[in-house]
Amino acid sequence: MKAAIRKIAVFVEETHSEMDHKVDPPTRRAAAVAVIENPFAGKYVDDLSDLMTIGEELGEVLATRAVAALGIPGNTVESYGKAAAVGENGELEHAAAILHPKLGVPVRRVLGKGAALIPSSKKRGGLGVVLDIPLGHKDAAFVRSHFDGMEVRLNDAPRANEIMVAVAVTDSGRPLPRVGGLTKDQIKGEDGLR
Amino acid sequence: MPEVRIRKRLTVVEEIFHEGGPVATIPLKRAAALAVIQNPYAGKYVLDIAGFMDDLKPLGLTMAQSLVAALRGDPKTIEGYGKGAIVGSSGELEHGALWHVPGGYAMREILGDAKAIVASTKKVGGPGTRLDVPVTHINASYVRSHFDAMEVGLNDAPRADEILLALVMTTGPRVHARVGGLKASEIKGEDGLR
Repeated sequence: MKAAIRKIAVFVEETHSEMDHKVDPPTRRAAAVAVIENPFAGKYVDDLSDLMTIGEELGEVLATRAVAALGIPGNTVESYGKAAAVGENGELEHAAAILHPKLGVPVRRVLGKGAALIPSSKKRGGLGVVLDIPLGHKDAAFVRSHFDGMEVRLNDAPRANEIMVAVAVTDSGRPLPRVGGLTKDQIKGEDGLR
Repeated sequence: MPEVRIRKRLTVVEEIFHEGGPVATIPLKRAAALAVIQNPYAGKYVLDIAGFMDDLKPLGLTMAQSLVAALRGDPKTIEGYGKGAIVGSSGELEHGALWHVPGGYAMREILGDAKAIVASTKKVGGPGTRLDVPVTHINASYVRSHFDAMEVGLNDAPRADEILLALVMTTGPRVHARVGGLKASEIKGEDGLR
């Protein structure tokens, strides 16, 4: 089954300073959000494989758009995350079916790599619900400077029979990281952790 | 080192019986512990902040203990966890990052050396800001049934010079988890991933 997309939004955030302390170059994050029809709205359906296929499709569409918004090659993306919000006539498991089984493979294809788990969050909500997309380094989850999150929302989604799906990527960690831990120049990037 | 000044704490427990499908034999529970503290670095850029992580350790342990207590008191029943922070408008995102070490290690200590990285998110926000705290399995990040999240927030926090700190624990998988992937029964629990 193909996703019936009503809307795609792309957000780009740049941080130039914190507490009057310059961030140079600015840290940047992008999120691409799709609003799709939920084919299983209003009923309990046991087999969610159609949504898994939709997840695969959206992984490619959203990762491509988010990377394009940053204007950088995919393999220079530093951290990533994903999230979904299900409208009130759907269930949380619909978000899980989109996000977890198949969405990651095309995202990693767009980025060239991605040894780390893609951090995720999901919820059910009404129009204007906020999605906090967790972010982590794409090759080593323990890179402390890249533990982050990006908030996105759309005033008109998700409608009751819709699902909002988001993929976020960055070209950097937090603006002025200084709480120690593993740094990106120390990673091996093999096990997805360090 | 600055003292930890707590203005407010909140514990929330959700009990989920079903989501349109079969009623669970054992309802899923999610609990969140929130603490609103003074931000000792509000309003200025302070270079050296890492020492405050040690000051936060006792609060982390107290919050982790309160979560176990809210979930009936047996650490063995805790299967998922996550953490997050909301920094008031006179602080910076990096102040929220101070919570990674004391929040995460407190839960691991209380839960008996949990293996998986603690999923997290953070942001800067005003009073009433909501945070979707991501949740994953405590011993194996890839357990698909336990990818979850809990929305938390307080109407009057964080004020500009405050930080809202959050810890979340859950007692099991999503209530109708059925999208495959690694099962909790299959984990080795050695590398924190599988």
